[in-house]
Amino acid sequence: MTGTTRGWLLAAGLTALGAAAVWAATASLNNYLLTLIAFAGINVMLAVSLSLSNGLTGLFSLGHPAFMMVGGYIAAILTFPANRKGFMLPDLPEWLAAQQWPLLPALLVGGAVAGLAAIMAGFPVLRLRGHYLAVATLGLIFILRAVVNNLDGYTRGALGLSGIPKLTDLWWVYAWVVITLFVCWRIKHSSLGRTMMAMRENEMAAACMGVPLARTRLMAFAIGAVFAGIAGGLWAHLVTNLTPTSLGVFLAFQLVVMVVLGGQGSLAGAALAAIGLSAIANLLRPVEQSTGIYGMTQIVVALVLIGVLIFRPQGLFGSREPGVLMRRPESSAPSRTAASTQTTHLEQRGST
Amino acid sequence: MTSYLLQQIVNGLILGSMYALVAIGFSMIYGIVRLINFAHGDIAMIGAFTALAVMIVAGLPLPVVILAVLVVGAAMGLAIEFVAFRPLRGAPQVNGFITSLAVSILIQNVAILLLTAEPRGVAFPAFLSERIPGLPINIDLVDILIVVLAVALMLGLVTIVNRTRLGMAMRATAENLDVARLMGINVSRTIMAAFAIGSALAGIAGLMWSARYGQIDPIMGFLPGLKAFVAAVIGGVGSIPGAMLGGYLLGLAEVLFVGLLPPEYAGYRDAFVFGTLILVLLVLPNGLMGRAAEDRA
Repeated sequence: MTGTTRGWLLAAGLTALGAAAVWAATASLNNYLLTLIAFAGINVMLAVSLSLSNGLTGLFSLGHPAFMMVGGYIAAILTFPANRKGFMLPDLPEWLAAQQWPLLPALLVGGAVAGLAAIMAGFPVLRLRGHYLAVATLGLIFILRAVVNNLDGYTRGALGLSGIPKLTDLWWVYAWVVITLFVCWRIKHSSLGRTMMAMRENEMAAACMGVPLARTRLMAFAIGAVFAGIAGGLWAHLVTNLTPTSLGVFLAFQLVVMVVLGGQGSLAGAALAAIGLSAIANLLRPVEQSTGIYGMTQIVVALVLIGVLIFRPQGLFGSREPGVLMRRPESSAPSRTAASTQTTHLEQRGST
Repeated sequence: MTSYLLQQIVNGLILGSMYALVAIGFSMIYGIVRLINFAHGDIAMIGAFTALAVMIVAGLPLPVVILAVLVVGAAMGLAIEFVAFRPLRGAPQVNGFITSLAVSILIQNVAILLLTAEPRGVAFPAFLSERIPGLPINIDLVDILIVVLAVALMLGLVTIVNRTRLGMAMRATAENLDVARLMGINVSRTIMAAFAIGSALAGIAGLMWSARYGQIDPIMGFLPGLKAFVAAVIGGVGSIPGAMLGGYLLGLAEVLFVGLLPPEYAGYRDAFVFGTLILVLLVLPNGLMGRAAEDRA
């Protein structure tokens, strides 16, 4: 059996296994638990897509919630019942107010617009590095929040869009998680992915090898934003309520934590960290409610992060993927050397 | 119209004083450890709550309050440096950055836990809000005190940095940490001093914020903190005079943006500030007074 066939079989098997798990969950669990699992799935989508820019390419972006907001609002406006648009969203143009779309095209349009927004924002913002990029992308959240707040004829401003039809269910989320993982996995193991990692390791060396820096950076940012937009649409149709403040800095922080915990550039790591962090948050919620200590989740997340950064700065998996998932298990040796050269390189960079 | 404009300029100077005080800390810390301390704005929040505790709960007079805020701010800065930054010294920049974000979220949530998220009113002594007579515009005593105190603290800081051995050590460490260490400068102590001084100033900014706007809450520091960072970028991160200039420029620009444009644009205040950040980084990446040192754009 060739490595490629093994990979496809493994992927198909895992997808089927996941589908079986989703089927079992929808058959046996109550609505509350199903919603929690759906949130975890959306977090997986977000963390995996964010690790394209933050993990693979080494662009430290905090802007994911901004693109979720774009995708979420677009999708929600498209699926919103046409008979209620007239008085809730009076400024919508005639042709848009008459529309009432099903979920899938709304999500796709939301994702596409989020991607376009990322390209537009990316032109100026992606010239920045490190801290500056982080603060500028954080600024995107505040800029978008101001826009949504002030275009209240389209978005209901600070009141938020409420009564969005509840179209998202676990199957929708599962399908998109599979698509996100598949696409990001293929990107990581394609020449584009290698290009991104080359840029992360040494930008100048990458440029000398003929890597188009600006375009690759923009690709990583925009592809991540497309998935963030779709995830935002799923989120909006799960919560059925979207306000300018519902997707904010804390979410950005949590997503970054997932990418860092998973290891910069490990997709499986990011997915596992997303599941783990969602589980912790949901396990702590009843404790918070019974003890009255609200905000414990945030405190625990922050402490875990500080601990990981001090004691295991490369995250759970480093840049690698768990060995079983790789095409040829015996070829994991070179990737390990790659990971270790990466750490030494990072140390050198830190000490200068 | 002129008195309206004058009023807006005064308001801008007051806001700018607070931005400048916070921005100085960003710049000092960045200059030495090449790290943006996201938790810096939250120290302003702690300063505001310290003022509340010392003044309202303990009932002590204003000079004592100011002293207490300086001490608590400095202590918080030292604690943050010791717990979160010292263990990460020499790690990649991004790690330090994420850690400071974690510290910020930690401080905010612990504060919400201990103090509840409810905004509180702070009643300063009545004589502070007395209007200065004989002026065409509305200036309270507290406004004058804010600007005077801010300028005095900045002059004190400039004196420390330019005239003392500690200041010389700071400048040397900012110039080149490794060489400074070789010259026998205690780098750890210099870094601690930068954190302590910067944080004390941020604490005072929080005190001023509560005196001017009368309301405080556990997350009050985050957004103004980010805006002060924008101010530091405008002035040139790493430059203390730049941070002061940037603080006043940003304060003026923000107030004038809201005051002079038609009211429907007022909601874009935050968008204006962050748009300015992106613009400044693109057009003038080293800020007005910064040096072209490393890649930021």
